[in-house]
Amino acid sequence: MLYFANWKILLVIVVCAAGVIFSLPNLFTPAQLSHLPNFIPHKQVALGLDLRGGSYLLLEVDVAAAQRERLNAVIDTTRGALLNAKIGYTGLNVEGDAITFQVRELNRIDDARQALAKIDPDLVTEIGNDGAGTIKFTALATEARRRQAVEQSIEIIRRRIDETGTKEPTIQREGTSRILVQLPGVDNPEHVKALLGKTAKLTFQLVDAGVSVDDARRGRLPPGDEVLQAADDPRGRNSGATAYVVRKRVMVGGDTLVDAQATFQNNEPVVSFRFDSVGGKRFGDATRENVGKPFAIVLDSKVISAPVIREAITGGSGIISGSFTVQSASDLALLLRAGALPAPITVLEERSVGPDLGADSIHSGAVASIVGVALVVVFMVLFYGLFGIFADIALFFNLCLMLAGLSVLGATLTLPGIAGIALTMGMAVDANVLVYERIREEVRGGRSMLSSLEAGFTRAFGTILDSHVTTLVAGILLYWLGSGPIKGFAVTLSIGVLTSLFSAILVTRLLIVTWVRQLKPKVIPL
Amino acid sequence: MRPLIVIRRTPKIDFMRWHVAGLVFSVVLTVLTIGIFVTKGLNYGIDFIGGTLIEARVSPGPADLGAMRSKIDALRLGEPSLQTFGSPNDVLIRLPQQPGGDAAQQKAIQAVRDALGSGVDYRRVEVVGPSVGSELIRAGVLATVLALGAIMIYVWFRFEWQFGLGATIATLHDVVTTVGLFAIFQLEFNLTTLAAILTIAGYSINDTVVIYDRVRESMRKYRTMPFRDLINLALNETLSRTILTVSTVALAVLALLFFGGEVLRGFSIAMLWGIVIGTYSSLFIAAPLLYYVQPNRRAIARGADAADAGAERASR
Repeated sequence: MLYFANWKILLVIVVCAAGVIFSLPNLFTPAQLSHLPNFIPHKQVALGLDLRGGSYLLLEVDVAAAQRERLNAVIDTTRGALLNAKIGYTGLNVEGDAITFQVRELNRIDDARQALAKIDPDLVTEIGNDGAGTIKFTALATEARRRQAVEQSIEIIRRRIDETGTKEPTIQREGTSRILVQLPGVDNPEHVKALLGKTAKLTFQLVDAGVSVDDARRGRLPPGDEVLQAADDPRGRNSGATAYVVRKRVMVGGDTLVDAQATFQNNEPVVSFRFDSVGGKRFGDATRENVGKPFAIVLDSKVISAPVIREAITGGSGIISGSFTVQSASDLALLLRAGALPAPITVLEERSVGPDLGADSIHSGAVASIVGVALVVVFMVLFYGLFGIFADIALFFNLCLMLAGLSVLGATLTLPGIAGIALTMGMAVDANVLVYERIREEVRGGRSMLSSLEAGFTRAFGTILDSHVTTLVAGILLYWLGSGPIKGFAVTLSIGVLTSLFSAILVTRLLIVTWVRQLKPKVIPL
Repeated sequence: MRPLIVIRRTPKIDFMRWHVAGLVFSVVLTVLTIGIFVTKGLNYGIDFIGGTLIEARVSPGPADLGAMRSKIDALRLGEPSLQTFGSPNDVLIRLPQQPGGDAAQQKAIQAVRDALGSGVDYRRVEVVGPSVGSELIRAGVLATVLALGAIMIYVWFRFEWQFGLGATIATLHDVVTTVGLFAIFQLEFNLTTLAAILTIAGYSINDTVVIYDRVRESMRKYRTMPFRDLINLALNETLSRTILTVSTVALAVLALLFFGGEVLRGFSIAMLWGIVIGTYSSLFIAAPLLYYVQPNRRAIARGADAADAGAERASR
């Protein structure tokens, strides 16, 4: 028992010192920390959103919608290809994830196959001998498209959130088509959510003045046209039209914008924008050819406004006026600057905590932990005297090591995580209890003092290991399958299991060995 | 410095005398749990069934629940539930899943905000969609099953299969009856409850393993002692440890229950129950089960000899 290898003593001291040093920054406020010299570690435990306040949003990219939109574009190409080859067809439509159609003359099936084979290498065209055809994207192309849509969405979301001035947002991919957004400090996420929920696809399309909306609705919609609703009109100042018949063909898309700003024109909030050179030229050409006609400014399939083109707009910039409020104008400018989402996004899960509740949670978590630890500390002294004090010292280092581990690993502390700390404190002394009870038994069994101490530690070790491993199993599974705050609990529980194994065995043992060596006691005070 | 309180002698309690009563009690409890689980089901939180939860603080308090309820009822958002949460100023509002996708949930929250007007601070808002909820249920069940499986395999690996079986049955019993507690009292069952249940599984097995360890050791030491006496001996020898460990963990959990705030209440209740039932099951289920599926004493004795030989080699 007296033997405790020097390297082990050194290891215990170094680890404990490191634990104290790396947990120290948590005692200071960030302001105080910045005044400390550089050699002192500065990393604090990162607080979860449930403690510091903020918003957690789990978004889903509607990849299927992006796919459908792309198929709609393919329909036009298909129609063109079949027309070019002069092949008759019926029922050209998007059904699920495929385009379906029927070749009219069965003797033209081979020609149809040939004509359609060329339109896109990402497409697989199958036409049966009965003339029923389907066009699908290859699995590879679908997958590539999905990944691209998700990655692009993350980028756009990041830009939008950065524009709102949120500090330290976390935006990461989750699974195949989900995006996890964490916004610390955002108290009211409604505005951010409203911004994220908009696709913000801007197009300029010509209005077809030759058809009235009523006619179009009665089924006299010319091919290549569509009916679009007018955007919501919060101030009720619109010209009164609720819908427009517009050409499907897009004059210029919002993807060619390089800048957009909210400004004022005649005391009305408006959005000014600038095209890149390609967009500017296209816009110039289109307006030159259509002077005197109205064109629609369309955002997410809704017409914001439909001004008449008075002259060719060749400067590469313009102004969108509609019935904007100051807020909606600056939101639109922000969305246009950040770019359009490649696919619609829905919020699957939202958890927002106000800063007050977060502070309350920290407070109650801290009180509970302190009370819990204090009770355990007193309990151990009552039942084990001096050895209880040894256990309590080990418990102190355990707490330091846990905090240090959380700080260094950059793990996030949540409210359930604090519960995990409190719980670990209660469980950590179990190892001491096992050892001490064993020592008592050995003493009762008539062993000498030293050999009782020795036997207590060695015999209890197997049991301690078994019980720790089983708890660790539960912790790892929780981390793997849990989400959000639960992960925080799993982290503290698992770290606590590991640190308590170290502190309850090595630290306590070192304390007892030192006590035996220095004070040469005759009996064990148990 | 000597301890103030000492459990001097190893007690001589005849645990095995009570084990039949214990087994009957546990079977009844388990059947009751399953019965209530099937008929009444669990009071799932929004984590699992989706919906909206709003924690609002009314100032100046106390909150007039009746008036708030009628304002929210007027919005026709399904069947909302309101209850005070901790203090009379804090109200927890639950809305069921609104038909019409995500936008509908957001609109519902806005409608509630508008209806309640000023003087209300929204401390917490949680919205969980139905797809996420069912995924969380699946992940939760999977985690529990895997944890039990992994623990059983570990115990099997470290002991004989009879120990693994006993430990798994005892742990399963604790998990099932903890779920039962939530079913009987219709306490909200959410993600934190699930975390508590997995922790209980880990803790309960811990207790069982300590006792099994002692049973195995005694099997090596007293090779001719009747198995019934042997189990009793192991239980009595480890009893003071069992009591002391339960006490320290219970102290920590009681601190959480009384000072940890409303959010942790469900977790603390589950943990407290789990500690009690876990200790009970180690004493009255796990250990007696060994009596019915007795481990092979000769194999364990052989293992002991081999271990001794190994230890001897190592010490030389």
